[in-house]
Amino acid sequence: MYAILEKKCLAEGIWLMKIEAPRVAHSAKPGQFIIVRVDEHGERIPLTISDFDPAEGSVTIVTQTIGASTRKLCAKEVGDSIADFAGPLGHPSEFVKCDLEELKKRRYIFIAGGVGTAPVYPQVKWLHEHGVQADVIIGAKNRDMLIYTEKMKAVAGNLYIATDDGSEGFKGLVTQLLEKLIAEGKEYDECVAIGPMIMMKFVALTTKKYNLKTTVSLNTLMVDGTGMCGACRVTVGGKIRFTCVDGPEFDGHEVDFNEAMRRQGMYKTQEQRAAAIAAEHAAGHECRIGLDK
Amino acid sequence: MANRIPRVPVREQDPAIRATNFEEVCYGYNLEEATLEASRCLHCKKPRCVAACPVGINIPGFIAALHEGDLRGAADIIANDSSLPSICGRVCPQESQCEGSCVLGVKGEPVAIGKLERFVGDWKLDNAPETVEEIPHNGKKVAIIGSGPSGLACASDLAKAGYEVKIFEALHKVGGVLVYGIPEFRLPKDKIVAREIDSLRRLGVEIETDVIAGRTVTIDSLMNEEGYDAVFIGSGAGLPRFMGIPGENYNGVVSANEFLTRANLMHAYDGEYDTPIYVGQRVVVVGGGNVAMDAVRTAKRLGANATIVYRRSEKELPARQEEVHHAKEEGIEFKMLNNPVEVIGDEKGWVKAVRCIRMELGEPDASGRRRPVEVEGSEFEIPCDVVIMALGTSPNPLIAATTDGLETDRRGCIVANEEGVTTRKGVFAGGDAVTGAATVILAMGAGRKAAKAIDQYIKEGK
Repeated sequence: MYAILEKKCLAEGIWLMKIEAPRVAHSAKPGQFIIVRVDEHGERIPLTISDFDPAEGSVTIVTQTIGASTRKLCAKEVGDSIADFAGPLGHPSEFVKCDLEELKKRRYIFIAGGVGTAPVYPQVKWLHEHGVQADVIIGAKNRDMLIYTEKMKAVAGNLYIATDDGSEGFKGLVTQLLEKLIAEGKEYDECVAIGPMIMMKFVALTTKKYNLKTTVSLNTLMVDGTGMCGACRVTVGGKIRFTCVDGPEFDGHEVDFNEAMRRQGMYKTQEQRAAAIAAEHAAGHECRIGLDK
Repeated sequence: MANRIPRVPVREQDPAIRATNFEEVCYGYNLEEATLEASRCLHCKKPRCVAACPVGINIPGFIAALHEGDLRGAADIIANDSSLPSICGRVCPQESQCEGSCVLGVKGEPVAIGKLERFVGDWKLDNAPETVEEIPHNGKKVAIIGSGPSGLACASDLAKAGYEVKIFEALHKVGGVLVYGIPEFRLPKDKIVAREIDSLRRLGVEIETDVIAGRTVTIDSLMNEEGYDAVFIGSGAGLPRFMGIPGENYNGVVSANEFLTRANLMHAYDGEYDTPIYVGQRVVVVGGGNVAMDAVRTAKRLGANATIVYRRSEKELPARQEEVHHAKEEGIEFKMLNNPVEVIGDEKGWVKAVRCIRMELGEPDASGRRRPVEVEGSEFEIPCDVVIMALGTSPNPLIAATTDGLETDRRGCIVANEEGVTTRKGVFAGGDAVTGAATVILAMGAGRKAAKAIDQYIKEGK
């Protein structure tokens, strides 16, 4: 069992939890993820690591309540425990292994979308601690849905904000803000984008125009997270790769996002279909719209 | 003198009923039936069954003890060579091992060695749990990676020899393939697997779950930071293979590993559990091994119309005979000599059919089996909602990639000799991680051999 040391609501439906997991904290590196299982009946949910503290033996995760399982996780309180917390999984970000002097010359732009802002933080923090100042764009629907802005400000070079409604920072999409920055003369050697699949797809399309190397972190379906099931397979550069053991970070210009987005919805559709069929049956009539076909 | 009676039939759940539940198919013998079946053994001077057993169990010996009513004696004889009789009695391919070489099988039916082993194993679990005498500790620590058959067997022998043993398991549940792969209807988890593991715990073996070797810990950190004198790697088979045909990433194409893990490990068939599983109306399983049979029969139990597509003929099916027989009884359709060439999706990217080509058998290939050859122009479609690929696995790279000096072969399997000795000092390996996907009994045997080698290595310091 893994104790919940801290819990905070960051925005509506977005929760931060600090979990006591000494082994994971000891081995974690930026870019890696963990798998949680809330209780005996729970799913195994992959979540990217948002922070880790080897001295304290803690790992921080940030979760958006999007389904039954994430709601169950976020309903837990400080003092409660969760059944399983396994990791760190996947490869660390590429820069962790780079030569530091080389790295210091690289100009990074991070693009964080929604709850994806949380896993961007340990990467920018790591670079900051190693003397690399990275610029960061955080995008959200509106001011209330922005997370991690203060923490990010402390470790980022320049921090830019984009909101859909303009309630904070730039009014528009992160891709528009990126194009604006480039138009204003900003130059970057590498872009790292983490957020909803659709955002990463459009960031990759945008940066392709500028021939800007782009790394994305994929949040695919997974069961075991250790390479065993293949649920997380994605097409990268025309080849099948497993997100859990080959990723989670890939070259954004090589990822087949349309396929990845479709595959992500595989069981979501099932849940919706099942719920619709159950509702139909409960209402006492045969399904006529073909949902049970 | 051996009793010249026909093989004693074993009681099984009615096929029509069992195809709708996950309870064990075979009830096994009771004492009376087992004693009667034991009376059929000829007690050959040169028992071919023993030679054909991968771990060389004294089969006539345990059958004689069983026949005399000495069940503890029978259990002790098996225990000399096998630590998991209840499991192996259920999942070993007896027809190509012990029973396949039984002299009685030449003209009639071989002795039901598997069912007798199972009976003795279950009796032992029920009546004679591993006696735990105070085992004096020798002060040496061994780490075991993986809690599947090889790890369990290795841990058990080392604990009995006085070692402090800890098993590190990547998943949340202990048992490896015994819990995530083999379905409940073939190997009951609580009744059998959990109790085998309990007896291991009584020997003082510690088990830590949620530890992924190569990620959470490394072989080096275990030896250098946590003070283990030796490590045994029994990490199992690895990554599922796909065919590389068009359409394989459509929604509805899954590996057998994923399908079975959802069903077995995550209990997706039980409404109490949160993990989803999708079967649709019609499922096609590609492959002919035990994993294919497990997947197709699981799909059937989840309410689908389920079909096996296999590129060779029925004679070449690598699955256990009993599983094929049971699958047919349960209404599984077998489409032999067909091979998928494409998965066809609908406009939303969901599977709607699999296009196959008919095959015929040509000359024997390297495996000695006749090589299937495509029949030109014979493509046809099988409409379906789900395609399950049961094509074997390729080794998991996590441990090899993070352990210096640990050699792997061309396929990526860990290189180890018969005793489980790897190219890295103090590191031993066995089971599927070394051989590629094989059987429970071979993995168990490899775990025991490695235990012996580890004991020798630590005692002699080399």
